[in-house]
This record gives sequence, C-alpha cells and structure tokens, in this order.
Amino acid sequence: MSDAGFDEWLHAFAADEGYYVECENGHGHLPPRRVCPDCGSTEFAEEPLPETGTVAAVTTVHVPAPSFQADAPYDTVVAEFGAVRLTGVVDAEPGAVEIGDAVEPDVGASETTGDDVLVLRPL
Amino acid sequence: MTGVRVAGVGLTHFGSHPERTGRDLFAEAALNAREDAGVPLEDVEQLNVGNFAGSLLEGQGHTAPLLAEAAGLDCPATRYEEACASAGVAVREAVRTVRSGEADVVLAGGMERMTNNDTPETTEALAIAADELYEIRAGVTFPGAYALMATAYAEAFGVDEDTLKTDLANVASKNHDNALPNEYAQYQREISVEQALDAPPVAEPLGLFDCCPVTDGASAVVLVSEEYAAANELSADVAVVGTGQGTDRMALQDREYLARTPAADDAAAMAYDDAGIDAADVDLAEVHDCFTIAEVLAIESLGFYEPGEGLGAARRGETRADGDLPINLSGGLKAKGHPVGATGGSQIAEMTRLLRGDHPNSDAVADAEVGVTHNAGGTVASAVVHVLEVAE
Repeated sequence: MSDAGFDEWLHAFAADEGYYVECENGHGHLPPRRVCPDCGSTEFAEEPLPETGTVAAVTTVHVPAPSFQADAPYDTVVAEFGAVRLTGVVDAEPGAVEIGDAVEPDVGASETTGDDVLVLRPL
Repeated sequence: MTGVRVAGVGLTHFGSHPERTGRDLFAEAALNAREDAGVPLEDVEQLNVGNFAGSLLEGQGHTAPLLAEAAGLDCPATRYEEACASAGVAVREAVRTVRSGEADVVLAGGMERMTNNDTPETTEALAIAADELYEIRAGVTFPGAYALMATAYAEAFGVDEDTLKTDLANVASKNHDNALPNEYAQYQREISVEQALDAPPVAEPLGLFDCCPVTDGASAVVLVSEEYAAANELSADVAVVGTGQGTDRMALQDREYLARTPAADDAAAMAYDDAGIDAADVDLAEVHDCFTIAEVLAIESLGFYEPGEGLGAARRGETRADGDLPINLSGGLKAKGHPVGATGGSQIAEMTRLLRGDHPNSDAVADAEVGVTHNAGGTVASAVVHVLEVAE
C-alpha cells in the first residue's frame, strides 16, 4: 500500500532531490498538505530542501519496536533543515552524532523489515 | 452554569494483571466509585470512558457499550481516545456535560489492559500515538521521543549530561517514595538515585527507571451537579472548578519547541482562568510523568517553574512530599503505574483522595485547598488540565 505524498517525498532523497512544501506565506511543512497549520493558506509549492541539516536532538534507542528489532541499538535524531525539521535513523554507529553535527538525508532500509527508512548520514 | 462535585472515586490495583479482562478491570473501578459516591445505579445518566489501544492490545474496539454493560449501566456511553490523555478528556467532557445542565450524574474514567502482550508488541501499540509516517517509520519509540526532548532540553538550557541524568533520577526516586504507602500502586518500593542512574538504558539518556511501567488498571469517578449533591445529602466536598485542554502539532519535528510543551501551557491557562486561580494558588499537583523528563516539562508548563528551572526541583526537595509544592504524591505514572487509558481518571481519583484526607499521603498536604491534575497524550500533542478545590 502506498502513501501518496509521503512516498514521493521520501524517494526524492534517493535522487538527491529532497524537498519540502512551502505555503504562499513562507511557512515550511512536510507533505501531504492542503492547509497550512500556521496561517490557513491553501497554496503550496515544492521547495528544495537544504542538502545538509543540523542535529537538534539525539537519542540512542536500545529498546525498539518490533519493526526495528534487528536495527537496535540505533540513533534517532531530529535535525533542522532550514524551514523544516526531519526525524531519521542515523546511518552510523550508535553514539556517533551529537547535537550541532551536520547530517545529510538519504533513503535507507530497515535491517529488520527491509522497509524504506529516512536515514540521516553524518558528514 | 452549575458547579461540579466529585461524589465518589474508584480504582483497581495498578499492576501486572495479565489475566484480567478490560471489562472486569473497569467494572471493579466503576463499582468502587459508585459505592464511594453512594449514588444509585439508575441515577447515572452518562458514561464517558477513556481507552487508548484496546483495539490492538485486547483485540477489542467499540469499548463504551461493553464497559457500560460491565458496570451495570444503561445510559448513553462514549469512548474517548486521545492516547495517554484519553481519560482526562473523558473527565473533561463529563465536567462540561454536568455544567451544561444536561445531566446531574456522569460516570467518567478509563481502562487499559496491557501486560497480556509482550514488551515489543506493547511498545509498538503505544507508538501509534506518534506520527506514523514521520516518526514511527523513522524508528521513534515513546521512550525515544521523550529522550529526544530530554537532549533538546539539556541543549536549550545548558545542562550537562550528568546533571540531567541525576536530576531525572531524583524525580524517579521521589515518585517511588510517594508510592510506598499507596495500596493501588504498582511499585510500593523505594529506589535510590544511584539505582536509577545504574539502570540499563532504554533510549539514552533515559534509562529503565526513567520510564513508567506497563500497567493494567482502571479508574472511575462519579461527577455530580452541586444541586444533586445537596438534594441527596452526598458527602462530596471536592469540586472540579477548572478544566482546560490544549493541542500541539503531532510530530515533535513540527513543533515550535522541542523542549517545551505548549499544549499543556494552553490547557493550564484555560483551566486556571476557568477556576479563577493562578499557578501560585496551587498547593499540589498530579502530573503526567510517563518519563521523568515529562514531569519536568509538566511543572514548567503548569507555571510552577520557568522553562529550564524545573529540572532540579525534585533534587532540591521542592516537589517532594515535605516540599513546598508536592508533585505526584500518588507515586505518579512512574511508580503508581500507567494503564494508559485510565491514567487521567486515576489522577482525579488520587487528587480527590488527597484533598479529602483519605489518601495515605494526605497528611503531607493537610491544609491544601487547590490541587491540579495534568494529563498528556503522546509527546504532549494533547494535554488536559483540571483544577480541584476543597469546597467551602
């Protein structure tokens, strides 16, 4: 089953064409969006995401959900990419990133399920 | 608008009762609440019940008629689902119904059966309170989400990792101390700060003792109009005088703040305004400490501390039973337990007992008049705050 809006957004990272959606008043969000939760605008355009982001929060997960059982332990981070933040699994050894580090997004796969996962790779 | 009194409260033991069905748990809590209230079955005009993940954890949806039947009630029944704030919302809507004059007697509460599942399945079920596309698929668990908030908090307020972990361990130790005499609590045992610090990691920087347990349990409260209480000569000396609710963006990444919980700020402001009080009037609070960092964020949102100042409150003793502002005298979610869909009702039940004087920890707040409850859903995308007062 596909998730329209999200799947295209995720797979764009594989082609180095990551994007976010911006309303006519400059509020950045992740798709799918019909209404801007900041201002109510219904006019959106795709904008290229900055190639690198900055880690704003990080945790090393030791007790995962079943869908990440074989991946644990792993780091999950929230990283700032200009007008939006992204949450992803770090493509590196646990504990390798700190707040303030630069990361770049890509599409990876869960070791447990093989499902596509947004990964953030330290530079 | 009529005033609302708490006529009676009922709880099950909070703990590991994997063999007990959700319907049996709720029936016990509802029966206890009705007996405590002295309200006959036929006077109950509405049931509001919270339940979060029964569809996954017990394979049971359409919960409200089932729980009405289990409690012996023949009245309109509705399930409220707002993740861990489900019962808080159920209570809030009951308060609004009684105030509006539509009903004189509403039974509200909640239920969750959890330990009949293995930890991985429970973790997965609880994770659905997060954003499925942008968080769950990125490996975010609930301990992980609160761990992200904890690291963002430390970064925002310049706290080093040792201080962060030690101050959070003090929250856990405090709440275990408070649960010691509470007969309903899952963990009636002390843990030291050192034990908490030495516990295995769950989602760093949070360890096992930073996390509330997985719990089976139910809660119920009987809310009545002042007129009904007077006409029936009920002993109902605790009033619900304020209710508020707030909402934030679902995913952490989409929030204005990673280290603050504005939904709870909004809920508190609404409830305080409703009650005609401010934060300085509050004598004690039961807050949603699903993780130790959550208690810190709660006491800041409730206006007891400025952002960044709440972390050390337990270590400094201010929020301990003998402090100026006791927090989670029940033991909190951390030690009393967290049957997700029951917790918001349990907080009302425990606050009522604390204010009435029949809670084992009532002596710590013998002169208290105003208590606040804070119930949060997810990473506080939902928050419900209630103000309870000893009626004159």
